[in-house]
Amino acid sequence: MSESIKPHAHDEALGLWRTYVFSTDHKTIAKQYLAIGLFWAIVGGLLAYVMRWQLAYPDTAVPGFGWVPEPSMVGGIVPPEFYNMVVTMHGTIMVFFVAMPILLGAFGNFLIPLMIGARDMAFPRLNMLSVWTLALSSLVLLISFFVPGGAAASGWTAYPPLSAKAIYTGVEWGQNLWIIALALEFASFLMGGINFLTTTINMRAPGLSLFRLPLMIWMQFTAAVLFMLSVGPLIAGAVMLLLDRLAGTSFFLPEGGGQPLLWQHLFWFFGHPEVYVIMLPGMGASLEILPVFSRKPIFGYRPIVYSTIAAGLLSFLVWAHHMFPSGMDPRLAMPFSITTILISVPFAIIVFAMIATLWRGSIRFPTPMLFALGTLTVFIVGGLTGIFNGSAPADIYIHDTYFVVAHFHYTLFSAIFFGGFAAIYYWYPKMFGRMMHETLGKIHFWMTFVFFNAVFFPMFFLGAGGMMRRIANPLQYDFLKPLQPLNIFITIGAILLFLGQLPFVVNFLWSLWAGEKAASNPWAANTLEWTTPSPPPHSNFEVIPVVHRGPYEYSSPEAPEDWFPQDRPVQARPATAG
Amino acid sequence: MLSWLPENVSTYGGDIDSILYLIYYITGAWFFLTLGTIVLFLFLYRRREGRPATYVHGNTLDQSAWILVPVVIVLGLDLWIDFRGAEVWEAVKGHMPPADVRVQLTAKQFNWEILYPGPDGQFGTADDLQLDNELHVPVGKVARVTLKSKDVIHSFFLPNLRLKQDVVPGREIEAWFEATKPGVYEIPCAELCGFGHSGMVGHLTVHSADDYEAWLKRTWPSPQSSSARLSAISGEPEDRRP
Repeated sequence: MSESIKPHAHDEALGLWRTYVFSTDHKTIAKQYLAIGLFWAIVGGLLAYVMRWQLAYPDTAVPGFGWVPEPSMVGGIVPPEFYNMVVTMHGTIMVFFVAMPILLGAFGNFLIPLMIGARDMAFPRLNMLSVWTLALSSLVLLISFFVPGGAAASGWTAYPPLSAKAIYTGVEWGQNLWIIALALEFASFLMGGINFLTTTINMRAPGLSLFRLPLMIWMQFTAAVLFMLSVGPLIAGAVMLLLDRLAGTSFFLPEGGGQPLLWQHLFWFFGHPEVYVIMLPGMGASLEILPVFSRKPIFGYRPIVYSTIAAGLLSFLVWAHHMFPSGMDPRLAMPFSITTILISVPFAIIVFAMIATLWRGSIRFPTPMLFALGTLTVFIVGGLTGIFNGSAPADIYIHDTYFVVAHFHYTLFSAIFFGGFAAIYYWYPKMFGRMMHETLGKIHFWMTFVFFNAVFFPMFFLGAGGMMRRIANPLQYDFLKPLQPLNIFITIGAILLFLGQLPFVVNFLWSLWAGEKAASNPWAANTLEWTTPSPPPHSNFEVIPVVHRGPYEYSSPEAPEDWFPQDRPVQARPATAG
Repeated sequence: MLSWLPENVSTYGGDIDSILYLIYYITGAWFFLTLGTIVLFLFLYRRREGRPATYVHGNTLDQSAWILVPVVIVLGLDLWIDFRGAEVWEAVKGHMPPADVRVQLTAKQFNWEILYPGPDGQFGTADDLQLDNELHVPVGKVARVTLKSKDVIHSFFLPNLRLKQDVVPGREIEAWFEATKPGVYEIPCAELCGFGHSGMVGHLTVHSADDYEAWLKRTWPSPQSSSARLSAISGEPEDRRP
């Protein structure tokens, strides 16, 4: 590894354009990913608000949306085809354009070089290309809202034949652009994944063995592997779907000899690992934060690593649990049901390890810790309710109901938002050199935690009551009319949850300029990123650190303080020991 | 949570509900156990001056037993759920009991077209009859439904009978149920199928034995007179309650 690159060596020479826009610095690229993710989070949140309004007060004007022109909306009223578009784009945006850019794009890029003691990613130009490919993908997705016929409206899962022929939805180019945007997004994260893997494998600081890696890096690494191994079939599927739409092929159209279920297999072979691609980095953030604020080593580092790998492997063997009622051979259901329910074992290990980390700690509760605990508790509910979906006979009833919606929001919201906010509050000082406001952060946490549960817990009741996903108006069904008070309650909760994000927006922007200047290690944490100045200069480290121990040596009897940085030599021994 | 389940009126619905309840009690216990432990730990081990955290890695076997023993319990409960689930799956999906009544259901945007074989019990004969969104079956008899689609994927959902089956174009999928209580139950579509998905709903009418005979007589008044039959059909009110 080249030691000759000195911090600030070419910072000045680059100029504004290369420093902030077409930068190859992984930290700048991370911030660009974060900006893209946060922009889409606002769009995705607004779509959720439109959806919730329609469900609580069907066919009444959505406040604040009177400006949307016909035929998309009519005086703020949501027509059913517009509702389908909103459902589709909400899911697409949150999974592909919020979760992945924030959890992998922003924090993977920011943390991998800093936590492993490297000056940058292995391929900085490829890194820049990947973020700009995502920007292009975002642009394509954004344009799809404005083409005639509107954006895609066949669900984020885009099941053909609905998605394969324009006549079925009335959506012409919206669906094509959706496919193109996704293909570009996949290309972006494939390039990112190459960087994640190469950097982690080759560029670790001296002494940083695999089992001294921070768990966040293990999670990012596993996520990148899962993504790269699973996305291939879906890219093939996306090309076939586009050909069905544009070239008259019939891969998924039965009238031409195609098979609609093929898409579901290709989609979910990717789709289930994708859930872990999102979830692992969110949990990784919590796994970093819990030991720091418990002042204790993580409990069971190796079991967590092995569980992560096991869960990753199992995630390739469970995809058909999304297809129990799909018409596939019923004899396939039980094998997939068993593998699915077995996934609870590695995740139970991780959850128990997180709980055991709290045991006899010295726990403090700054905002990052609150969000880390939020990730843990919310994920527990998501994990437990997954058993219902994983059991094939139980799934007959709850499949495609709000039970599933509640379940995957408990798992994905915990990773994307609780995990993502935990990461933002925790690493913000390192990213931007300033502290976020603590009181605003706590207000934000409590509003998010309370209103999240107010929104999504009642959805389990809706699902038990049989309410289907993706219907625009529950009042069209007699058996759902008694559930309507729940829908209204959820919508009020959702509006408050959305408003609860205002303290975050204010805090994030205000702290950029007016936040208290951050010390290099404000949380007294061990991992290598905290040995750099806040924010770290170009190429990060003055001297590449030498690692002497694992990342979670808190309250060690060998150290004078209750933390023991990874790069600090054992006392009275020279720094070359590692 | 499960008190929100709609009334079950099928023979196998009770089995499916029993799986839901089994998982509900197991996961409910874990919910209170884990969250209770977290809250307890957060309270007991909150920061106190002069009380440092314990330096413990959980890497030795006696320490990791604190997570491994609960995990073994998780695994045991998983297998319990799997094996009970396999029994129920076998009972519901593993075999197809002999049919007492048969219908063909063809889904299209945005209706269920239900084809009855008529008094001769044969499809493809002159007395076949198609009713849109109206499925009539007798109580206590096995009904077999052949599911087809003309366009996109739909999902045939009978919440009260705990039956859900996707309807896939290009395929014929068999489903069955035996209703245990007369009444009218809704048949929503559970798979996004286009702009009319919301509101795509039919009605299942479960008749008592006598009532079913009467319905048959009303619907096929006499095998010879097709004109009488047609007028009887067109006179059917759309949403009939017993």
